[in-house]
Amino acid sequence: MADLLRTGLHDLHVELGAKMVPFAGYEMPVQYPMGVLKEHLHTRAAAGLFDVSHMGQVILGAPGGVPAAALALEALVPVDIAGLAEGRQRYAMFTGPEGGILDDLMVANRGDHLFVVVNAACKAADIAHLRAHRGLEVIEITDRALLALQGPAAEAALERLVPGVAVMRFMDVATFGWNGAELWISRSGYTGEDGFEISLPEERAVEFARALLKDDAVAPIGLGARDSLRLEAGLCLYGHDIDTTTSPVEAELSWAIQKVRRAGGARAGGFPGAARILGELAGGAARRRVGLLPEGRAPMREGVEIFAGPEGGAPIGTVTSGGFGPSVNAPVAMAYLPASLAEGATVYGELRGKRLPARIAAMPFHPTNYKR
Amino acid sequence: MKYTEDHEWLRVEGDLVVVGITAHASEQLGDVVFVELPEPETVVAKGDEVVVIESVKAASDILAPVDGEIVEINEALVDNPGLVNEDPTGAAWFFKMKVGDMAQLDDFMDEDAYNDLVG
Repeated sequence: MADLLRTGLHDLHVELGAKMVPFAGYEMPVQYPMGVLKEHLHTRAAAGLFDVSHMGQVILGAPGGVPAAALALEALVPVDIAGLAEGRQRYAMFTGPEGGILDDLMVANRGDHLFVVVNAACKAADIAHLRAHRGLEVIEITDRALLALQGPAAEAALERLVPGVAVMRFMDVATFGWNGAELWISRSGYTGEDGFEISLPEERAVEFARALLKDDAVAPIGLGARDSLRLEAGLCLYGHDIDTTTSPVEAELSWAIQKVRRAGGARAGGFPGAARILGELAGGAARRRVGLLPEGRAPMREGVEIFAGPEGGAPIGTVTSGGFGPSVNAPVAMAYLPASLAEGATVYGELRGKRLPARIAAMPFHPTNYKR
Repeated sequence: MKYTEDHEWLRVEGDLVVVGITAHASEQLGDVVFVELPEPETVVAKGDEVVVIESVKAASDILAPVDGEIVEINEALVDNPGLVNEDPTGAAWFFKMKVGDMAQLDDFMDEDAYNDLVG
């Protein structure tokens, strides 16, 4: 894995017995000796610590300050950034000229700047995209690690080290100190659980991770369980469930497009692909991302073709993410299917030449547990 | 016990051959969540896909190691696929085969040779 980048926690992962794999150009832990299934269940029962330092951290500013930067960013995302209060974070997506999704991201208003977290695989393209846009000052943060602490025991574990975090609510962001290190903390994550994401100086990350891991409730969790956790939570994985061919409306992400950016809103449109996206918001999309609960225990994974009936006919869609949901204790999947198919309808996934029934189901598959 | 390059183990029990996967294979697969077994009385040829195993990571197959007839399957794995991780060389056998020509087993590895392979 000679050409791969390493995060500041690499040696700690190896020490903890992680199995390291290539992911988005980085050498990352896919699992620890506990294994994917138990890591998943541990996160839902107690707290999991994830190294997500491979993700892109970017500071956005503008000569006119945060209000100007927010308005400039609104030209790239169909989201209300200008209305994002100081100390708050919001989910967004970069849209393309055809209304597809270039990446999804989190945007925080940290008072004197916007702080953006983007996917590792897209970060170079995202940063180029931001830099090519007039009116934004773009600083890529390369000297900070990013950790996620997720699960019902996350609050108590973090509060012990960083007094004050417990009062944060879901999607709050704030700055804290820990032994002289500045922590940028958000109450958010990618598991469906309550939890935090913590940006901190890379040279202090191992020490901080060790302090968290001293807590019996906290276990290190790899990318394998991160994927099954987010899948059960109904959260999209870029490059799989959303990409340049899927619009936010098709992806069932319309909730992330506030009224002010929709037709009739004060800042309606003005983002790439607005014609398609506003049209779909008004008239609906022909297909949509749905949850699938396959009958039986055989997982329907990414790429499995979905059919309307048990025999014949052309595929009506494809699974974009799927696997076994350890907390649901059954297989779960996401697919794009014709919007005419209602929740509860039965469709068929073709596995090894056999069509097996699956029910269209609401997401999340496992109830979320955010501290609102 | 004999071992195949596909990380299966074979144990002779009278005129039957019991087939499972090695501890090394079960570790590589990760947590097993689904097992699909063949119908008993299925006649199979060496190399046929007879069992599907799904782990949290991926799907994989068990191939018939020799020509023969499946005579018994381990139904316990259907209800408790995790047995494959807990006791791969014991309780988690997959199927028993009636094998006409036991000489087919001669070319498979013994334990030392298999351990060298997975080193």
